[in-house]
Amino acid sequence: MRSAIRHIGALSVAALLLTSCNDMYDGARIKPLERSNFFADGSSSRPLPEGTVARGHAVNNDLLSTGKLDGTLADAFPFAITDSVIARGQDRYTTFCTPCHGRLGDGNGMIVQRGFPRPNSFHTDSLRARPAGYFFDVMTNGFGRMYSYAASVPVHDRWAIVAYIRALQLSQRATVTMLPDNDKKQLP
Amino acid sequence: MAQIFHPSMRVVSRASILASLIVIGFIGWVGWDWYRSGYFTGVNVPVEQPVPFSHEHHVNGLGISCGYCHTSVEKAAFAGIPPTHTCMTCHSQIWTGAPMLEPVRASYRTQKPLEWVRVHDLPDFAYFNHSIHVNKGMACQVCHGDVNIMPLTWKSSTLQMAWCLDCHRAPEKYIRPVEEIYNFDYKPPADQIAFGKELVKKYNVQVKQLTDCSICHR
Repeated sequence: MRSAIRHIGALSVAALLLTSCNDMYDGARIKPLERSNFFADGSSSRPLPEGTVARGHAVNNDLLSTGKLDGTLADAFPFAITDSVIARGQDRYTTFCTPCHGRLGDGNGMIVQRGFPRPNSFHTDSLRARPAGYFFDVMTNGFGRMYSYAASVPVHDRWAIVAYIRALQLSQRATVTMLPDNDKKQLP
Repeated sequence: MAQIFHPSMRVVSRASILASLIVIGFIGWVGWDWYRSGYFTGVNVPVEQPVPFSHEHHVNGLGISCGYCHTSVEKAAFAGIPPTHTCMTCHSQIWTGAPMLEPVRASYRTQKPLEWVRVHDLPDFAYFNHSIHVNKGMACQVCHGDVNIMPLTWKSSTLQMAWCLDCHRAPEKYIRPVEEIYNFDYKPPADQIAFGKELVKKYNVQVKQLTDCSICHR
């Protein structure tokens, strides 16, 4: 009898120690993407119900969110393009686009070298003639084998990338006379 | 009345006192080492995942930046785990028949997310925000180690409070220019402490506040 009581005592102390250890480490709080059995699909994050738009993510039918004006792809930017926008574009282009399109935009990125079908170079006549909205539209909705980047790259960053693509296109056809004086001095 | 203990017991008693101290010390030392070891902290222990994803291959081999997949790191508390869509952006064309990637394709077909196992699981009572760290010049590498050479993923830091405080007390030891946070080849300058102090000032890091309890326990 006494040993039984002792056993039960020891077990309850052990149980208390074990549970009390974990309670605060893993409380009734859901970390991002944590599993939850509350919903049938086992996920704590909820998919958007169809037809709803998250606050601040409204997609109006305008140039900023579609690249189109009156239903056609527009050759215009929805906000002023400054140095800092182009720098941001370069940064985002380097992260998201170079794997396939390459640093020069010639379509010879590392993933292409590993077997991904080669995308068109940005420096062809046909792509240079495309309106700015076209590039925005491709990033947003995908094109050919390229998937949509809408989930990874927010709207303003997509436009910054378009601006940087324009800068890249210019860079590959620039003549010496187009350079500012400071840059000319650096030429050998 | 006769003595209970024979005089020779003096040696035994002293020896046993000494021995018990040694034993207690030894147990303490084993416990401390266990507390610091990978068994307890998970440091340097690869975590089994549904797909044996290699950061080494994707980062060093292909040159993909951290931000390509961990898209919210600059803006949110959570750095973000990529949706299957991101994997399939390349793997719809590359390694399309690889058995290793079948769980990825299955996830895309069925729209059921892959269940990656969290490698860095902070206790719920600690608040952490990625964005403030990367925006103030704390590189991925400082906490996550050389992820670019990890064929499987493991923790390189204990995430214990002493580890957090090491940097919160003296961020100048680890801070680097914001432009270098994704750069795994970054070499700190020889005068890191002086350079770090400049950056701490430049980025307006309030070092005194960094050890307030409520900074992490809110």
